[in-house]
Amino acid sequence: MNRLSSRHILSISDLGQKDIELILDTADSLSQILTRPIKKAPPLRGRTIVNLFFEPSTRTRLSFELAAKRLSADTVSVSAAASSVVKGETLIDTAKNIEAMRPDVVVLRHPCSGASHLMARYMERAAVINAGDGMNEHPTQALLDLFTVKRHLGRLSGLKVAIIGDIAHSRVAHSDIRAFAKMGADVFVSGPATMFPSQVEALGATVVLRPEDAIKEADVVMALRIQKERQGRSLIPGVREYASVYGLTSERLKLARPGAIVMHPGPVNRGVEIAPQVQDGPFSVILDQVTNGVAVRMAILSLILPETV
Amino acid sequence: MRPIFLQNLRILDPETRLDVTGDILIMDGRIAAIGDEISPPDDVRMVDCSGMWAAPGLMDMHVHLREPGEEYKETIETGTLAAVAGGFTAVASMPNTNPVNDTSAVTRFVIERAISAGYASVYPVASITKGLKGKELSEFADLMGAGAVAFSDDGYPVSDPGMMRLALEYAKGLGALIISHAEELALSSGGVLNEGRISTILGLKGIPSAAEDIAVFRDVCLAEFTGARLHIAHVSTIGAVQIIRQAKAMGVKVTAETAPHYFSLTEEAVLGYDVNAKVNPPLRTEEDRLAVIDGLRDGTIDVIATDHAPHSILEKEKEFETAANGMIGLETALPLALELVRAGVLTPLELIRRMSLNPRKILGIQGGRIKPGGAADLCVIDPEAMFVVNRENLRSRSLNTPFLGKTLKGRAVLTVSCGKIVHNLLW
Repeated sequence: MNRLSSRHILSISDLGQKDIELILDTADSLSQILTRPIKKAPPLRGRTIVNLFFEPSTRTRLSFELAAKRLSADTVSVSAAASSVVKGETLIDTAKNIEAMRPDVVVLRHPCSGASHLMARYMERAAVINAGDGMNEHPTQALLDLFTVKRHLGRLSGLKVAIIGDIAHSRVAHSDIRAFAKMGADVFVSGPATMFPSQVEALGATVVLRPEDAIKEADVVMALRIQKERQGRSLIPGVREYASVYGLTSERLKLARPGAIVMHPGPVNRGVEIAPQVQDGPFSVILDQVTNGVAVRMAILSLILPETV
Repeated sequence: MRPIFLQNLRILDPETRLDVTGDILIMDGRIAAIGDEISPPDDVRMVDCSGMWAAPGLMDMHVHLREPGEEYKETIETGTLAAVAGGFTAVASMPNTNPVNDTSAVTRFVIERAISAGYASVYPVASITKGLKGKELSEFADLMGAGAVAFSDDGYPVSDPGMMRLALEYAKGLGALIISHAEELALSSGGVLNEGRISTILGLKGIPSAAEDIAVFRDVCLAEFTGARLHIAHVSTIGAVQIIRQAKAMGVKVTAETAPHYFSLTEEAVLGYDVNAKVNPPLRTEEDRLAVIDGLRDGTIDVIATDHAPHSILEKEKEFETAANGMIGLETALPLALELVRAGVLTPLELIRRMSLNPRKILGIQGGRIKPGGAADLCVIDPEAMFVVNRENLRSRSLNTPFLGKTLKGRAVLTVSCGKIVHNLLW
């Protein structure tokens, strides 16, 4: 048995508080491997991880690949352009074929919400990790965000987390809201009303229309990328106005608690959702998020595979 | 055929409001006698039907039979076989086939195929616009001459209000009925389930209820303005029920239908990305469901139709966003509708009215009666019969229903269509 209560990592909802704490603690210990001169340990030797990316991705794909390699797993990466999908193969047939080659884990990035759930239904042996499905969830990103906050602020419970931007189309926001709320943080979301999903409270967040109200007294301020590619039509009059009303500027950041940290899941539209001086400023942990992503994914791979580490 | 003597039935005839317990004698394809003092002939087949109901053959005024063009999902033969298994002796088939039913040749083909299959009667609905494209009117008179009973672009709305006005005005001149698929595409486009709590939880783009409300309101306004007859298909929202209720009170010639899934299920049925519960309009909230039930109770919604929409695994077993809309319904409609009787929403007589007489009246079709001397076109319903919805029990060629594997209560155990036994679980 793996040491998590769920065989797959499809949604933050599948994980209990104890699962999350175990992942964060494991990531903490495994992160030491990343600081060694030889950044490799043997626990996943002989294991095979398939990275199946049906959407462009740089950091998530690289992060998973490095995490697997740091633990000595074999990795294979397939992108949509190079897959049989372009020949008309269905996701279910792709799943069945991959399963037939006996990998241990399939990491799936897909443009359709629920795609990883669909794939998991056809995987009898391999575990499926959702690396982002449509505008639904990106659970490993949320876990690395939790890890980053805990490292910087020492705790999660009782924190005020402000998430500003396109909540409706952000799978990161959907997973982060669930994850922070599950760990006892108070999550406030703000942005243009056109960018809120219907009844966002169902995920565990409080909606405030003015970004200043969300940022005020916040311990964590997270800006989200405007996802033009998912919106279908422009949800705002323009980026200039967005930057002016919703952009995370130094002025707005002053409303946050002393010691508050600034996060962004990336990639950043520089100067739009976050001012350059904030992005590169002393409170920004944006690059730490990227670093921590490898450790957290190492932890997830270790824990999801039985009898390792 | 040997004469049949059905004994001790609850006989329901909504036209005359007959609701009595008695016997029915069927001879030579006709209802020879009804009552409790019938002397059956010697060679009769006696069947004790205590606890069962006899109703006029049900009519489903909204089905997709997929033939011509998508026979791998359903054919007129398998679709009508499913119909009679569900107690329906007549169905109205929607025109979104391939080719579209926008010419009299297709209309005649559908009718002839149904006659040749010999199960239920099929009444084709032809398209409002050629090719369902919303640009040019189909040839209504020619299509009616071939047997079309109404016009609809079902599957798509007639987006241009000017074109919808034209259709209603032209139909009025011919005494034809326009069936509206009410959907404002500017609001619904890209949506795959109801917009609300569940769409947020699943991270999917929703369809707001306003997309239906606005379209219903538009078409009701146009029906009032033109004085034409309008029928609203598959009502699913509180707003639509309220608009139709008000329009009827104002004297607008509007009728409406809903489908069993809109009063049996809510949006929660799609949790887990269940593509079998993906329909258009989408399953809505509990408040909408209750409003639809209220609409059935007070007669705002005249008809229970199924919107039977068969799809193969090719269209359904895929990502939720790309899976086809629709579920089959012919064989689950009756048990689901019987829940309304068990809940005290409708009397058995009122239920049968909405599933037999009203659709025929709206479409101008004879029948929907149980009367001595009339053709034997009826179904016997065992309201207590339990059955499992599975491959073995379903006659439809497709299996796309969220009720798959579930046990439902109540079903048709005998269906006699045009004097011929076409479905029989009694002996």
